Amino acid sequence: MSVIVERALGAVGTGEAMLFHRPFGFLGLAIEGGSPTSIFRPDATPAHSIFGLSMFILAITGTIFAVVTGLLIYALIKFRQREADTSGEPAQIFGSTQIETAWTVIPLLIVVVMFLTAARVILATQAIPKPAKTLDVQVVGHQFWWEYRYPKQGFVTANELHIPASDPAHPLPTYLEMSSADVIHSFWVPRLAGKLDVVPQHVNTMWFDPSKPGLYLGQCAQYCGVNHAKMLLRVYVDSPEDFAAWVKRQQAVPEGVTSTDPAIAEGKLVFEKNACVNCHTVSGTVAKGRFGPDLTHVGSRDTIASGAIENTPENLRKWIEDPNQMKPGALMPAMRLNDRDLDAVTKYMTALR
Amino acid sequence: MAVTEAVDLTAQPKGKHLWLEHVYDWVTSVDHKKIGIMYIVYSLFFLVIAGVMALVIRLQLMVPNNHVVSPQTFNRLFTMHGTTMVFFVGMPILFGFGNYLVPLMIGARDMAFPRLNAFSFWLSAFGGILLYFSYLGGEGLFGAGSAPDVGWFAYAPLTEKVFSPGHSTDYWTLSLLLTGIGTVATSINLMVTMISMRCKGMTMTRMPLLPWLYFVTSFLALIAIGPLTAAQVMLMLDRYVGSHFFDTQAGGSAILWVHFFWIFGHPEVYILVMPAFAFANEIIPVFSRKAIFGYPAMVAASVSIAFISAGVWAHHMFTIGLGPGANTFFTLSTMIIAVPTGIKIFNWLATLWGGKIRFKSPMLFCLAFLFQFLVAGLTGIMLSAAPFDWQLGNSYFVIAHFHYVLVGAILFCIFGAFYYWYPKAIGRMMNERLGKWHFWLMVIGFHLTFDFMHVPGILGMPRRIYTYEAGRGWEYWNMIVGIGAVFQAVATLVFVYNLVWSYKHGEIAGRDPWDAWTLEWTTSSPPPDYNFALAPSVGSRRPLWDLKHPEDPDSNYE
Repeated sequence: MSVIVERALGAVGTGEAMLFHRPFGFLGLAIEGGSPTSIFRPDATPAHSIFGLSMFILAITGTIFAVVTGLLIYALIKFRQREADTSGEPAQIFGSTQIETAWTVIPLLIVVVMFLTAARVILATQAIPKPAKTLDVQVVGHQFWWEYRYPKQGFVTANELHIPASDPAHPLPTYLEMSSADVIHSFWVPRLAGKLDVVPQHVNTMWFDPSKPGLYLGQCAQYCGVNHAKMLLRVYVDSPEDFAAWVKRQQAVPEGVTSTDPAIAEGKLVFEKNACVNCHTVSGTVAKGRFGPDLTHVGSRDTIASGAIENTPENLRKWIEDPNQMKPGALMPAMRLNDRDLDAVTKYMTALR
Repeated sequence: MAVTEAVDLTAQPKGKHLWLEHVYDWVTSVDHKKIGIMYIVYSLFFLVIAGVMALVIRLQLMVPNNHVVSPQTFNRLFTMHGTTMVFFVGMPILFGFGNYLVPLMIGARDMAFPRLNAFSFWLSAFGGILLYFSYLGGEGLFGAGSAPDVGWFAYAPLTEKVFSPGHSTDYWTLSLLLTGIGTVATSINLMVTMISMRCKGMTMTRMPLLPWLYFVTSFLALIAIGPLTAAQVMLMLDRYVGSHFFDTQAGGSAILWVHFFWIFGHPEVYILVMPAFAFANEIIPVFSRKAIFGYPAMVAASVSIAFISAGVWAHHMFTIGLGPGANTFFTLSTMIIAVPTGIKIFNWLATLWGGKIRFKSPMLFCLAFLFQFLVAGLTGIMLSAAPFDWQLGNSYFVIAHFHYVLVGAILFCIFGAFYYWYPKAIGRMMNERLGKWHFWLMVIGFHLTFDFMHVPGILGMPRRIYTYEAGRGWEYWNMIVGIGAVFQAVATLVFVYNLVWSYKHGEIAGRDPWDAWTLEWTTSSPPPDYNFALAPSVGSRRPLWDLKHPEDPDSNYE
């Protein structure tokens, strides 16, 4: 794995990134204002090396901009028609082979330099062998939510991706194998990596190695239907200990399933007697549907509706009552439950921790 | 020697009195000038409609969690805005100018195939009407109608029957198919006209740059429309016959559509931008009072842009997972386009250099174009580097970039072309004062909208979202963008008012109001049906220069 870090950084290293960040620092700060999704606040390797490349290309294009704009403004002022001038037409110049050659060759050289720099980052991101130690997650895009499968750990979750922070001394990058169950989506968490499309009948692989724990936001970046706008992404980078604890909880049977609380048991019964089970899975129960998000530990998540709504009992109840009210275009139908059943199912969902 | 003067002894047609006679006259016309004007008026109509759609989109996004329109409506708005602007504003308005100007500038009396020309126009016109009929008939016979909502590049499998039931997608497919046929016919027509109907003395190397660029555009349209049509046919087969080209549920390929679409879609960008270059190539020299610098280099650059543009489509697919090999190749091919494009910008600069620049409305728009096209080119270079594109692709940065091309470059040149050739087509000048108002309002609006639109893209805002949460740092930028849109709307109103006002009240233009050099300025304004009473003959690229400066004709230098 250290190979990944070194080679990716070697392409356009952090040193270079820092170098370029300084002159743009003020501008950068003015633009960002601390946005949680800024591409100029990278926190993992691919995002870092892309940032370095970006600064390099910004410097080159910025210079070209300054020079050509300067020439244009100079020409407009210097060669404007003056009132007093009655000397007739200016000298007619039809061209110059030398000058044409110069402004063909020089841009060509600049292009070669930019291309080689870009090519190094492409290869360092997409053409390196997978290291031996990784966390593998399968990502399945759905209209309009994300399914995350942890095959080695043996559980499935939805919409909130948890991964361990990668210690640079003992790197543990996350590898995502992505595909779609319906239409094309795109996985974009700007501070971790560039986007990569999630395509049906096609598997794409991306990786990142964030070293700082925290919550990283993003959202689907390929128009995928009515509620594309609310197909949000949340990536929780946990410390290795927190991550291990989280995995343990995900592997365990949730307390809602085994609970002897009659209110929760009633909710479970309502859930299992209705069509809910056709689409949702709660592991360890008869609910084995796969069309909608896995709800095994839904109670422990911060959000519902793919990051669009905070996970509180009130919101959960409103959601179950009529998802389209909260998220137009959601494919889950309103189940027309009565108040008692709604309360019971909400209680059950909250207990699935 | 240019021969341009002749006494016109042809009988003038009788005046028409009934409006129906006028309508009949226009509808049945095969005159390239009338068809050109019909193309332009038709496009202006759609420009206003799609512009209003853009306003609603910006209004919706001005503040987070806004509810001006529903998500369903919003999705239709951006789909219709994009499709309309590309296929029913951009292409027809540019072909309208081409129709009007190319025969005049090469000294011909009409296009090579006048009836085919009328056929193309009416096909395109019908295509536009069909697209908008979807608002009534989109859902079929039951329920309310609805317009297409799959985005203007309509990625499969979202367009498949499962995900897009009803008929809205069919309207999209069919209307594009129809206009595509019209476009191909017009392209052939323009190319044949230029190959076989140039006046005496006008060799290919003496042809003005505007016809040259229309030649290149037509060639590009000819190779680009085919793949689009093929893709549309496959999509229709998928939707109605049960084939599985793009039906991923049955083993089809989503990526196949993306390839087909962008093999069309990227050359399409150059189909739209070449005519804009063409206008700038005529206007900048006349208002700098100098011959274009590096005519052969300009032609060569245009031709090479056309060829290279056919090999760069997959830069629209850097994020789809083609692998490092393809990403590297298409990064290189895309970056190389910067070289011939740079040559053009430098040649325009050199044309200004040492001239006596007159800041009239047509020139103002072309100068703004020069600056804005430079910026658009530079952001294009950023996007051409695949890794940078992994971040910026499908974000608002891309939207800002291509609107910089489509509005900042193409629309500005089109406005310049209006001010420049309106006197020729109508016989009256457009009002210069209103022209300046139009220009400055447009510049302010454009830069407020599209300069600041880059920022939310950098801050992670994807395109095509109907709303967003507060706290991502996007709200202020979207507010400014929305305010700029209002400025642009007002500017466009001033422009339309100027068009109408000048039609009745503009100063009489005369043959050659700009002291220009190409053949269209030798005939009366507006030109008679047959354009030239006597077939002109030319001895250089600037026949009117030769006429005005017999002591120092261009033919001495070419």
